[in-house]
Amino acid sequence: MSGGGFALADARSYFRDSTAATAAGVLAVLYVLLSIAAMAGVGGTVPAWRETVLVFTVYALLIVAVGMLWRYSRNDAVIIVGVMAAIYVVYLMAGVLFLGLPLNGIVNTLRRITFLSAVYAMLVLALNLHWGYTGLFNIGVAGFMAVGVYTMAMLSGPADIALGLPLPVGIVGGVVAAALVGAIAALPALRLDADYLAIVTVALSEIIRLSYNSTVFQSSIPRLRLAGITLLPSIPVGTGGGQGIRTPTNPVRALYYKDPGDTSAGLTDLGEFAFGAADGVSVTLIGGQGVQPPVVIALTYVLVLVAFVAGFYWLLIRVGNSPFGRVLKAIREDELVANSLGKDTQRFKIKTFMLGCALMGLAGILWRGSTGFTQPGDYLPIQTFYVFLALIIGGAGSNTGSVVGGIVFATLLFEGPTTLARLIPELLQRLFNTQLGSPPSTFVGAVAPIAQLDLTPLLAYSLRNISTLRFILLGVLIVYMMQNRPDGLFGHRKEVAAGVDLRRPDRDTGAGAATDGSESG
Amino acid sequence: MSDAADAGRATETEAGTDGRDASAEYPLRVEDLHKSFGGITAVEGASFRIEAGSLTGLIGPNGAGKSTTFNLVTGVHKPDSGAVCFGDEEITGLEPHEVANKGLVRTFQIARQLDEMTVLENLMLAPRSQVGEVLWRSVLPGARRGVLAQESTVRDRAWEMLDFFEIDHLAEEFAGNLSGGQRKLLEMARALMTDPDMVLLDEPLAGVNPSLEKKLLEHVHELRADGYTFLLVEHDMDVIMNNCEHIIVMHQGRVLAEGTADEIRSNERVIDAYLGENV
Amino acid sequence: MGVSETYERGRRLLVERPFLALVVVVGVLLFLDLLYKLGTGAVGIATVVGHVWNGTVIGLIIGLAGIGLSLTYSILGFANFSHGDYLTAGAFSGWATSYLVAGLGSSADLAALFLLTASPRAVGVTIASKPLAVFLGLGVAVVFTVVLALFLDRVVYEPMRDAGGISLLIASIGVALAIRYAVVFVYSTDIRGLTAGDVPRSRLTIVDGAVVIDAHEVALVVGAVALMLGVHLLLQRTTLGKAMRAMADNKDLARVTGIPTERVITATWIIGAALAGSAGYLIALKRGAMNYNLGWVLLLLIFAAVILGGIGSVYGAILGGVAIGVVNNLSLVWIPSDFARVAAFLIMILILLFRPEGIYGGVKTA
Repeated sequence: MSGGGFALADARSYFRDSTAATAAGVLAVLYVLLSIAAMAGVGGTVPAWRETVLVFTVYALLIVAVGMLWRYSRNDAVIIVGVMAAIYVVYLMAGVLFLGLPLNGIVNTLRRITFLSAVYAMLVLALNLHWGYTGLFNIGVAGFMAVGVYTMAMLSGPADIALGLPLPVGIVGGVVAAALVGAIAALPALRLDADYLAIVTVALSEIIRLSYNSTVFQSSIPRLRLAGITLLPSIPVGTGGGQGIRTPTNPVRALYYKDPGDTSAGLTDLGEFAFGAADGVSVTLIGGQGVQPPVVIALTYVLVLVAFVAGFYWLLIRVGNSPFGRVLKAIREDELVANSLGKDTQRFKIKTFMLGCALMGLAGILWRGSTGFTQPGDYLPIQTFYVFLALIIGGAGSNTGSVVGGIVFATLLFEGPTTLARLIPELLQRLFNTQLGSPPSTFVGAVAPIAQLDLTPLLAYSLRNISTLRFILLGVLIVYMMQNRPDGLFGHRKEVAAGVDLRRPDRDTGAGAATDGSESG
Repeated sequence: MSDAADAGRATETEAGTDGRDASAEYPLRVEDLHKSFGGITAVEGASFRIEAGSLTGLIGPNGAGKSTTFNLVTGVHKPDSGAVCFGDEEITGLEPHEVANKGLVRTFQIARQLDEMTVLENLMLAPRSQVGEVLWRSVLPGARRGVLAQESTVRDRAWEMLDFFEIDHLAEEFAGNLSGGQRKLLEMARALMTDPDMVLLDEPLAGVNPSLEKKLLEHVHELRADGYTFLLVEHDMDVIMNNCEHIIVMHQGRVLAEGTADEIRSNERVIDAYLGENV
Repeated sequence: MGVSETYERGRRLLVERPFLALVVVVGVLLFLDLLYKLGTGAVGIATVVGHVWNGTVIGLIIGLAGIGLSLTYSILGFANFSHGDYLTAGAFSGWATSYLVAGLGSSADLAALFLLTASPRAVGVTIASKPLAVFLGLGVAVVFTVVLALFLDRVVYEPMRDAGGISLLIASIGVALAIRYAVVFVYSTDIRGLTAGDVPRSRLTIVDGAVVIDAHEVALVVGAVALMLGVHLLLQRTTLGKAMRAMADNKDLARVTGIPTERVITATWIIGAALAGSAGYLIALKRGAMNYNLGWVLLLLIFAAVILGGIGSVYGAILGGVAIGVVNNLSLVWIPSDFARVAAFLIMILILLFRPEGIYGGVKTA
């Protein structure tokens, strides 16, 4: 990017056709209105108004900044870090200034959104390999996650119905099992058209979920008898059925506790130090006690997850930027062409499907496996749709887009509405000194007062049922994206599938010769 | 009347007695291919062979079975009976990728560029058995070095190919943004990137403007001089007559006649077939 | 000659498609096992008849809903993942109407009637006691679902007419979420009991036991068959059927030859939604309870029926529906009930793999 002439012209074009700019515009108007109201002294409590104005100003600036970064930065790591940092600021300001969370709560909130961002980023990256790169329309993500987590729990979980093998065996077993189930699905199914593959994969994920949910395998795998002959003896490993199954103790606990399963056994040296230091942290602006041990442990685990996201990203960039990735893209664009150029497309598809399923299994293990417990209800098809929406937002085909899509989905779409539902009553209270009162228990109770032009019951009802409204929002967003931005946020970018710089080699050495090869054309 | 065709047949059976000679002189040999879809017979006993280093034309009225023959040779469809030999191997019923890996590569009648890949990516896809097409080699740190080294050579060849076809200014463009003629050039360049022994061109000039058409044909002749063998399916009689030294005419799923342009021009059965179709 | 031909075919099946052969063998074994179980009395004849009856009842609903899914699949060219939620929308709108009609003048207040929270016993809807409420409910279910489908076509699918099947499929997942959770927003996720009181029923004695058939099942069968007949006549006796067949065959050609494609699409949505709405209402009538997941849970079974019958075929959808319903229930002879749906899904996957054109494949009866 040349530095000088960039700013004005580019900024103008940016504002002309950017959704982010529109959003910033809305916030700017809001900001002006709030400022006027603050100056006029509406509401009386001036400090609350000043804070609100400050927060909204920062939010507006953040949106513009992220939008600019998005559009003009060529450095993918900078984009990802920038987006995440902006979201941290949003949550930090809301938590500190509006919700008055203590330090421990703030840290935990940031940890929670990082956790969700990381698990979704991993899942989206894996799905991007299938759908974005290869065009394999797999909507059975939840099923492959389930295979990973359940296999791990059954191999090395603490329950009586588990084998009690060491954790690494369980994790590798889970990943391999997910890949194998993927292979079983892939061998015949990849011959099908995309929409048939969709139906087969979603049905398969339901078969998997219903099997784990069944009482048949609850406490053991029953022996297989046919015509009085026992073909397979009973295996004393069960799924726990509808009640779910315990997963192994989170291994990061071993860093801090002498016995990870029993806190009373005392702390390790690192534990003594880290817990003490975390408890001693204090920030002038934020009150409350320091960061507590459970949050420290969870925070450590999030660091592990972030490392795994980086690993997924590294792996998939390598897969994508290679002759292998080039064939995958070609399969997506036109399988017959790839085939006619001598590529055994079936083999490529099977390998890719297995790799993606293995990554989905691993992502599932890192997510659900870390919570100590899992049940079939964690793997409903809606889970797959979440991942899909995140991929569509990020832009199918782009690994950076996948990570950003995962972050945006997890923080803004998934966690955002519930956070907003907590913020709104707080803001109403502080700014207008009004209370929403207890929400009506039924929809009719919420809607009936509209006849008297009283909207507060409906608002209160909506806030209480925010998770329902969130589903509607997600549904509408899916439709909006498919109608208006099917390429997602990053879909327009060229991520060339090659291992080397593709510019003309002989001109590369000359000064200023890159004109032909630069991506600006 | 049908001397040309008869003559062609005669040499075929003669050569057929000595397989080794045939495979060297005639890399592609098609014998008695049959194919029907549902109740409709598309190819009914087509036999011909293509001389090494030649530019052979395949013509015939609509529905003569040219495209089906192409698809049978390249493995897109499986023949009901008959045999296809390439080099000294029989390739009947192989998958398209297996056929391509033997060195027999095709282009498509309606150019099938890979829309959301750049022109360079389209070309770099083509070379056969790249080491980086093996998943672990592309990923593992040690093995990847070899992959990258090969990537550089492939890239350099792609640029050479772009220069040859004079589309180097389009290198970074998405293939979907190319004009119809440029797509045809890309398609041919991509086929050549596989380093084939023989190229089957399926109507490479359809929808191409006259000046580009001239250029494309020049390229074909130039490449022929370098030793490539071409089989050209074309609708346009003139193109075939003026460029191919050997011409095969198909009609109703069979080879109607074979020979030089002059022989074909004076062949009454060919004239009948074409007048009958009113082309 | 005949024997050796059969033998030859069997041998080729075994050699060329061993997996399919295995499936055939398993199917034959299961059938023999069923005969064996019946013979030894391990499974009663009445039990099997009961399974078949229940399967047929559910299957008719699946088939009814499948007709619409099949039509939209072949004419609009995408797998509509929101079709199940059309059933839900129909069921809730219809039952709210039935409750309002039946409960009018009773002690229950309007809000409780509309929200279906009024005590089913107090309202007392059955086909025998309040036939008018049931008929009106069914009517509203049809009308509401049709209006909803046309509205959604206008805002969602019409701007995407040129988009590919996968884009439309993804959009339909969004639509499905929006419909389902709009229902939750109004009705919550609680299960609503609907019918109460004495549903007239009769016991049919069969060899070794009895099969109970109640009036709601009969109403469902009569309603479903009547609607199917209606669609049959509509498509056979009017030019609409021909236009639909033409469009399913080749959309561009249909447009060029002057078929008003947009009107055909509208008609497709109307037929599909009307059948889906009534199917939703009727299945709730049979079960006597429902929640927001009613249609979504049925969706994959409906897909299974449509694929089994062959996409685009009305009669295929009906037959496929009944087949899937019967498989779903008859599988209980061998496997525990929590695997019944698994069996149906497996059959669908097998059909997709071995005969993707469906049983009725190739014969487009639109």
